[in-house]
Amino acid sequence: MNTPVARRRHPAALLLLLLGALAVIATAYALVQTSGSARAAGAPASETQVDQGKSLYLEGCASCHGLNAEGTAVAPSLIGVGAASVHFQVATGRMPLAAPVVQAERKAPQYDEEQILAMAAYIASLAPGPAIPTAEQLDTTNADLARGGELFRTNCAQCHNFAGKGAALTQGKYAPSLMESTPQEMYEAMLTGPQNMPVFGDGTLTTEDKQDIIAYIGHLQDQTQPGGFSLGSFGPVTEGAFLFTAGVALLAAAAIWIGAKLR
Amino acid sequence: MSDITKATGTPGAEADFATADVPHHPRRTDVDPRAAKRAERQVAGLFSVAALFLLVAVVAYVVIPVDAGVNLPLAGPVGALNLALGLSMGLGILCIGLGAIHWARKLMPGTEVVGSRHEMRSPDEERAEAIAAFERGLADSGFASRPIIRRTLLGALVLVPLPLVVMLRDLYTAPEGAPSPVEQLSMTIWGEGVRIVSDVAERPLKLEDIPVGGLVAASPENLQEVEEAEGNLNARAKAAIILVRMDPSEIVSQQGEGWGLEGVLAFSKICTHVGCPIALYEQRTHHLLCPCHQSTFDLADSGNVVFGPAARRMPQLPITVDEEGFLVAQSDFQEPVGPSFWERG
Repeated sequence: MNTPVARRRHPAALLLLLLGALAVIATAYALVQTSGSARAAGAPASETQVDQGKSLYLEGCASCHGLNAEGTAVAPSLIGVGAASVHFQVATGRMPLAAPVVQAERKAPQYDEEQILAMAAYIASLAPGPAIPTAEQLDTTNADLARGGELFRTNCAQCHNFAGKGAALTQGKYAPSLMESTPQEMYEAMLTGPQNMPVFGDGTLTTEDKQDIIAYIGHLQDQTQPGGFSLGSFGPVTEGAFLFTAGVALLAAAAIWIGAKLR
Repeated sequence: MSDITKATGTPGAEADFATADVPHHPRRTDVDPRAAKRAERQVAGLFSVAALFLLVAVVAYVVIPVDAGVNLPLAGPVGALNLALGLSMGLGILCIGLGAIHWARKLMPGTEVVGSRHEMRSPDEERAEAIAAFERGLADSGFASRPIIRRTLLGALVLVPLPLVVMLRDLYTAPEGAPSPVEQLSMTIWGEGVRIVSDVAERPLKLEDIPVGGLVAASPENLQEVEEAEGNLNARAKAAIILVRMDPSEIVSQQGEGWGLEGVLAFSKICTHVGCPIALYEQRTHHLLCPCHQSTFDLADSGNVVFGPAARRMPQLPITVDEEGFLVAQSDFQEPVGPSFWERG
């Protein structure tokens, strides 16, 4: 083990070399990325943005959604889904899909905002569809919280739970929790109806209605729990399970103490 | 063992308990007066602490502002007042309980006793006496020998509940000209040309307002007036609907020819199982799921039940547009909405 040959072939050497190479590539990639975003920041959907989006699409999406976004046996067509749909699916990390499962899950986004906007611009250039909401549409400063709550309970709570914590649908599908959703994501979801969520277009829920709902969910997100443990706000299931296990354990301990033989 | 002559004795009377025939080990508090004194102090201490906690609860209620918060390590931000009240009152009651049990365990008599149970059966002579008294009564009253009296009495007794049944049936009497209870359960305030408005916002809807894949919770336009006139929510409970829109090519069947309009279908919102309002609609599968008992209806296929305990399909409301282009009902529902009832058949 102490021979020079053995030291040269230390098992960690290969690993270190690989790590070093990866670090170099990552740094170079990051540099390219930063210069790229500096170039196109704030630009409207220009030809270059659509081109960039198209090349990103061909790299990351076309294998499932088809070379012309026409859809395949495993993925729907993206023609006419609009920029809002692309932004929602990619910014929440649902697309690209990690594995072909019942429902795409929220995860860390695989693309940065500029790349997402480029892909959205490309998809929007194929056919008209819901656009990404403007800052004005997302402004909730004048929103009516109480009305938002009423609209939420009428239109959203049946799936997303009365406290926005999400709940089960059929066959392994579920309505996700809204606790991490940004106003833009919520607006886009209502506008486009991702996966099995129904579409709540501007004809049925106006911009003002959507602002009220978003403000109400924001209020739910910021809400403190005056009573302490909320146990997930899932209702009787978690509360009953907690009371049953903890309560029975406490009662058993008390019974043992009361019945214990004294010296 | 059992003490038959004392069968009518008060339960727990002194004589019912005998010292058990087991080896008895006296507790320390039984033999050492100082230990007993110490236990007495502990019990009194627990009761005093309980009193203190309960006073703390009163003080906390007065002193701590309602909106004060405190950050707990595991639970996160919680209300300081709720926390203080819960802890002080809970600990106060707990200390009373702990003191009581400590008292019983350390100071109350510690000897093992046996409480004897008594035989449930009455002694034979009492049973014979009772049977003799019954037979004497039977003979003296002539209940067996005078059948006409016996039969008329039984007939009268059978009729005692009859007035109650008649009154129960008439608990609700429909006013002159008003529909009977069965008719009321079978109809809603939907009717020809009644406009469909979205819930909360109460906006009338046009066909183009509802995108493919869309879902709208809706009710009849005249709901407010009816509710004010009737003074209850019965009309709302029956008339609530959902509107969905799907690609017309995906519609397998409808409950009636031309009941939908360009892929827009209106269904009752009330589950046909036990009447939960449901709007849990999956736009890809066209399934409507009831969260109460998981009944699932396929809205693309006449609202038929595909899963769960519901026995009837979800009633569809026939819709069309009026001359201004707003969505209206063609008529009322063609079958009763909501759960089944006796006379529904």
